[in-house]
Amino acid sequence: MAEEVTTGTGPAVRLIDATVRLGGRDIWSHVDLDIDPGTFVAVLGPNGAGKSTLVKAVLGVVPLAGGRLEVLGRPPGEGGRDIGYLPQRRSFDPGMRVRGVDVVRMGADGDRWGLPVPWGAGRRTRDARVDEVIDLVGATAYAGRPIGELSGGEQQRLLIAQALVRHPRLLLLDEPLDSLDLPNQAAVASLIADISREAGITVLIVAHDVNPIASALDGVVYVARGKAVSGTPAEVITTETLSALYGTPIEVLTTSDGRRVVVGQPDAASHHAGAHGHAHDHDHDHGERR
Amino acid sequence: MSPHAAHTVAALAGPVLDPVVDLRRMLALHFMVNAFRAGTIVAVLAAVVGWLMVLRRQSFAGHTLAVVSFPGAAAAIWLGVSATAGYFAGSIVAALVIALVPRSAAGRPGSQESAVIGTVQAFALACGALFVSLYGGFLDGITGLLFGSFLGVSDGQVLALGAVAVAVLVVLAAIGRPLLFATVDGPVAAARGVPTRALSVAFLLLLGCTAAEVSQVTGALLVFALLVMPAAAAQQLTARPVVGLALAVGFGLVVVWVSLSVAFWSPWPVGFWVSTFGFALYLGAIGWRAATARYRRRPVRGTGVAGERVRARALSSGAAGA
Repeated sequence: MAEEVTTGTGPAVRLIDATVRLGGRDIWSHVDLDIDPGTFVAVLGPNGAGKSTLVKAVLGVVPLAGGRLEVLGRPPGEGGRDIGYLPQRRSFDPGMRVRGVDVVRMGADGDRWGLPVPWGAGRRTRDARVDEVIDLVGATAYAGRPIGELSGGEQQRLLIAQALVRHPRLLLLDEPLDSLDLPNQAAVASLIADISREAGITVLIVAHDVNPIASALDGVVYVARGKAVSGTPAEVITTETLSALYGTPIEVLTTSDGRRVVVGQPDAASHHAGAHGHAHDHDHDHGERR
Repeated sequence: MSPHAAHTVAALAGPVLDPVVDLRRMLALHFMVNAFRAGTIVAVLAAVVGWLMVLRRQSFAGHTLAVVSFPGAAAAIWLGVSATAGYFAGSIVAALVIALVPRSAAGRPGSQESAVIGTVQAFALACGALFVSLYGGFLDGITGLLFGSFLGVSDGQVLALGAVAVAVLVVLAAIGRPLLFATVDGPVAAARGVPTRALSVAFLLLLGCTAAEVSQVTGALLVFALLVMPAAAAQQLTARPVVGLALAVGFGLVVVWVSLSVAFWSPWPVGFWVSTFGFALYLGAIGWRAATARYRRRPVRGTGVAGERVRARALSSGAAGA
């Protein structure tokens, strides 16, 4: 990657006084943010605060209403090949008769026009890379089965492989732990952390719950009430910062093993109590749909 | 001798049950050769487009596009234009109407779409009935339009079917990969710069052309026999895209060739035979999948314990699969 020389020094993602407006409403405004290359950063905050919108702005799918945004040293939307994206899911239809390995392959060359050359060298390189990422996420055993028949955790691993297949420098993961059970949350979270550390990929992960990923995080972006605050977990996840951000008393407790637990978070508490599942897909990030 | 008369003579004589002799007698009739040509073209096209349609869950749209070819053809006959042109006009106009229905931002085909499609379909059938009644004295033809006829496929028609099929398949080859990506994984495809909305309109137009083609062999109401059944049967048997497409084409060809041969010696409409063989194939595929499913199922769904294995693999990346 030739650009690495020129862009490797700056932040992977930089927002300067950035504002996003959807349907006449400011989702968030005047946000300044730097995400250093190779770091593992979580985007946290209540539902509807604009976490997914932040990811989509970085992707270049949602335009800024003001300010500036640079992704890997370029304007958003031009980083195409260097960005791996895992949208908020969405599980596959149980009747989807396409194999996991096909879904990963689509990440490699699914956006190309025309028919693939069946026995070209490019094909072999691609297949080798596909096998490599499938192995990396530990999905080799079930990658040949129809994706719709796999469990949520298995699907999520294959989708992470799909996002990784092109050697991205920036990985955008929108709620990858959502709809997974606890053991799977921990397993997928540690997988993502390993990938970030070993491959030096910048990872921006949207999460509801900081706990499964807390130990691996280098940074946190908290989005709430139209603003965003960023810093290290120790700086941001504090009683003072979060209370100021939410405008309501929030308490951060530190457990005996050093984890931070957020108590009194306006909507996340009720959210985790139940009535969760797929319903929240729909009421999430109202902005885009208006 | 007219195709009808020739067919009647042959069917009355009955098969001698020697495949070579019967085949030779059948193919000695030019209209039968044309029926096989048209059926082959249509079977290949329908299987490929149908495979994508089934994967995209757009069977209802496909059915409507086929049904709409009926008023198109009826209007063409009433106006004294070629029925072939009518089939295509009807289906393509309907494809554009359906394409105009906004999809939800999330990219799933919303319930609104099926409501609109249903409305278009009902209205189109009503218009077809009107055109038939305006033309008057056309009772024989209406069965052919709705349930298919292999009699009297002209050389020109075969040529038109072939040209359209080649055009559709070439376009499909060009847009196939991004279309499949958008079908399976819309949001990621869109983020990669795949024009998902434009592709979905393009596919509806291709589907319209295909439905119009198939209608001319199976009749407007039995298009599914070739558009859905081979593709759905193939998807029951395999989740590999290339194998699935090849199987669907194979199934389509077998169904058409067998149906035409049987229909030639029987007084029943070809649409009935195509549907019956297609249905038998689909049932067979479901049965096969159910029978083999228990051998393919893994004993343990190993996800819970996977954390440690995942770690180990991640650290030793590049090693051959487990």
